[in-house]
Amino acid sequence: MNIIVCIKQVPDTTSVRIDPETRTLVREGVPSIINPFDMFAIEEGIRLKEKHGGKVIVLTLGPPQAEDALREAISLGADEAIHLCDVAFKGSDTLATSFALSAGIRKIGAFDLIICGKQASDGDTAQVGPGIAVQLNIPQIIFVRRIEEIQEGAIVVERISEEGFDVVRSALPALISVVKEINQPRLPSLKGKMKAKKAEITKWGIAEIGVDPGRVGLDGSPTWVEKIFSPPEREAHEPWHGEPDDLVKKLADELEKAKII
Amino acid sequence: MAWLEVVAEKCVGCGACIKACLYDALALEDKLAVVKENCTLCGACLDSCPFEALVMRKTEPPAQVAESYKGVMVVAEQKRGQLQSVSYELLGVGRRLAEDTESSLSAVLIGDGVDSQAQRLIAYGADRVFVAQSGTLGLYNDESYAAVLTRVIREQKPEIVIAGATCIGRALIPRVAVQLQTGLTADCTGLDIQEETGYLVQTRPAFGGNIMAMILCTRARPQMATVRHKVMKALAPDENRKGEIIRVALDEKELATRTTVLKSVEEAADTIPITEADIIVSGGRGMGSTGKFSVLFELAKALGGAVGSSRSAVDAGWVPYAYQVGQTGKTVQPKLYIACGISGAIQHLVGMQSSDVIIAINKDPEAPIFKVATYGLVGDLFEIIPRLTQEIKSRKMQ
Amino acid sequence: MNYFLTEEQQFIREISAKIAKEKILPVRAELDEAQEFPWEIVKVLADSNLFGVYIEEKYGGTGGGVLDLCIAVEELSRVCGGISLCLAATALGTFPLILFGSEAQKQKYLPGIAEGKKIVAFALTESGAGSDAGAIQTTARREGDYYVINGTKQWITNGGEASIYTVIAMTDKARGSRGASAFIVEKETPGFTFGKKENKMGIRASATRELIFQDCRVPVENLLGKEGQGFIVAMKTFDASRPGVAAQALGIAQGALDEAVTYARQREQFGKPIISFQGIQFMLADMATKVEASRALVYAVARAVDRGETKIAKESAMAKLFASDMAMQVTVDAVQILGGYGYMKEYPVEKMMRDAKITQIYEGTNQIQRTIIASHLVKEQAGRK
Repeated sequence: MNIIVCIKQVPDTTSVRIDPETRTLVREGVPSIINPFDMFAIEEGIRLKEKHGGKVIVLTLGPPQAEDALREAISLGADEAIHLCDVAFKGSDTLATSFALSAGIRKIGAFDLIICGKQASDGDTAQVGPGIAVQLNIPQIIFVRRIEEIQEGAIVVERISEEGFDVVRSALPALISVVKEINQPRLPSLKGKMKAKKAEITKWGIAEIGVDPGRVGLDGSPTWVEKIFSPPEREAHEPWHGEPDDLVKKLADELEKAKII
Repeated sequence: MAWLEVVAEKCVGCGACIKACLYDALALEDKLAVVKENCTLCGACLDSCPFEALVMRKTEPPAQVAESYKGVMVVAEQKRGQLQSVSYELLGVGRRLAEDTESSLSAVLIGDGVDSQAQRLIAYGADRVFVAQSGTLGLYNDESYAAVLTRVIREQKPEIVIAGATCIGRALIPRVAVQLQTGLTADCTGLDIQEETGYLVQTRPAFGGNIMAMILCTRARPQMATVRHKVMKALAPDENRKGEIIRVALDEKELATRTTVLKSVEEAADTIPITEADIIVSGGRGMGSTGKFSVLFELAKALGGAVGSSRSAVDAGWVPYAYQVGQTGKTVQPKLYIACGISGAIQHLVGMQSSDVIIAINKDPEAPIFKVATYGLVGDLFEIIPRLTQEIKSRKMQ
Repeated sequence: MNYFLTEEQQFIREISAKIAKEKILPVRAELDEAQEFPWEIVKVLADSNLFGVYIEEKYGGTGGGVLDLCIAVEELSRVCGGISLCLAATALGTFPLILFGSEAQKQKYLPGIAEGKKIVAFALTESGAGSDAGAIQTTARREGDYYVINGTKQWITNGGEASIYTVIAMTDKARGSRGASAFIVEKETPGFTFGKKENKMGIRASATRELIFQDCRVPVENLLGKEGQGFIVAMKTFDASRPGVAAQALGIAQGALDEAVTYARQREQFGKPIISFQGIQFMLADMATKVEASRALVYAVARAVDRGETKIAKESAMAKLFASDMAMQVTVDAVQILGGYGYMKEYPVEKMMRDAKITQIYEGTNQIQRTIIASHLVKEQAGRK
């Protein structure tokens, strides 16, 4: 089966530090990584290929350095990589991004399944997956935690819900987004790394995927970031030091005063 | 076109913006900040410049916003015929937005046999409720729900649509937004009307809670936003409130789908879910093992609360994912949050920092968790927690 | 410091560090406590091709050498010097095959080893034959197309877990050390069983066990090299493997240094972080300098082996001696810097100290290394005269 995995390169937000003196965020030198949720999508794609045959194509939209993310995906076992890269894509919101990605997927041609990570860790929107499904007019199953089976033109999966899970069947081709419970992503192998170093990465701009520049980038994005600011700080007191017994008594007094206990 | 501009007259070459960039897309050349090719126009640097030398420029295409869009619409969520509490919270914020825009508040309810629920939506603030009912709409389905909701929005033309950032909302609302070719802002923590323009100002955390973004949808209507459960507050219900219930006529074609829910399974939880608890006792890396969580369960029991955890405790396999609080787990807003052996990574903080009172217990006095703690206790949690449990039990007895 | 590693070697470091951080770190304390062999980590290392870094490409490896192995072992040991041993001890058991194996033997065994499907152990030590390897009592008697092995090997790393064993046994006791031969013995061979599992001070996530041979019949094609070459096999194996032990020690020391620096920056006494005190600064500076000096020596020796230098016994012994003595000093100092916390099991440095000790003992005690070095000094001068 032909599987397309959509990935995104993101700043590793877990390595953002707080400057202890100024208490501001230090974002400089934060490494770029594959969106952690996309690692599960890549792994699931490779597992399906190993089980059912076919190939895994990874697709990303991003600046030139996003190529590193594609190479990493190849080192893990993806077969081909396509990079949508064009200055016209700059500033795309989720609508414009899903539009461009779906145009890229149309150019790729026939596929059975598109796999996305649950959401990207920088934007946290979880909107691009459903957006692609709508633009390609294919069914979607969002937040899949297990693939039960794939048979003639259909897929059966478990999708998480607040209370537990739903077992859902969908016709193929379809788009699924996966959550972290679905698998444990493998680590890159040495042979994979060497292969990825030499791999050919296909690059497509707006001309190659045939989209109107007005539909992508900031021009194609209905939303607009008006302002960015640091999160407000909570009022915090100096922590208490001392013997456990004293600390506990002091705390219980405060909680009683605040009518919590 | 859009670009990030460095206003040369204002830039002093201090480099503050370089530290703010997550993409290494800013540099200094000849004591002037320059924007590199890999800039993604994310805007994270804008407020970092003390001299306002960074400006986001764009050539604005003609406004395409139609005047005819009016009113606020809430997408209500039901499961097994029961409204989910997020719906009431949405009505709470929706009511305020309707008043600020001098318009009315409507709700859309899709399901099967949900008549009685429509009246509840009115009690919680809706002026009108659009009810789409059918035997095939009992269980949530991406395609049919999206088709019905899209049509209702096209017909009613609300200016603002808000929905819950729930499992269903996160699957449904992006579909509808794309079908309507409009913008959508997920997980908003603030929704307000901009006075000068009347735009909906959608505030949300980005980059794992490292920064907050104010987002506007300037070029299309409706303006759509989702809000997580427990972020907004519901109004007190007024059973005497009057409102209109309108049946939505359904088209067979809309109900056709390519996906089927074969079964829906509830996984029994033996404790209060953390999103509903008023008191949460959470454990992190400092817990050390599954077994040691028992001290937290005892404290939670004494307080009548639930047990949560940080991501590292889940990743270590000490507690299941359902316990996880934070960016990739659940957002909680209890009256009391007790963080035990949790260092307080930003990803954890975004999930719990709107709690009323936060207590942090940690060995490391430098742990970032103390920066948000109402009360911070430096010490060994295994010495402190059992004593605290005992103290609370004995004070409750009195 | 930049050691101008090849791109492949940099990848090995990157992958090993990732495995150490993501897979080994969460389980090291538990496996140490439970003395459990890290089979899940073996699988991860295998999938990442790390078992093949020193094996030729035609046998399924990635074609690197001893330096490639050292980098992997160092990086893994930085987090756990016990778990890293599943790889290091496999390499020790595999070097006899690489150095003395026939084409047929290599084709039969190396691919499975390179893939990480087969763990290997090297069996020389006996209860009465440690540093004095000439005192080996295990015998191999030729009977037609078979050798019949009898005897007990002691303290064999990977014992019981490995599926391939390279065993040194006496084929002709009368000839002393020239009467020893090396054999490949597969697990499940009739007459080959395992004795007790040792309860150790350190490297507790590695398996250390007795091997018991009772009329164990091994086909003649499993003889490595020629009859009587057993000691040469062992000595040449150690020349190639000692940098690996040194790399294990180096990694443990680097890990302890990392912990000590982190702690010293955080821990406050008298109102400031203890790293601002010169007493601590001097300790850390000495530790870091020793670690770097060891690394330079270990890498240099490993490179020399890989470039085909055969007269390397002295330098190989020096690398093992220096790095392991250094690891012991550095880990002891790390515990000291962490003070009371360092002595507690909640912090990893006490384990690092326990793990470091064995590197001074096995694959030739450091006293034996010194005699090797000294004997070469004597020979070199005598030769010049």
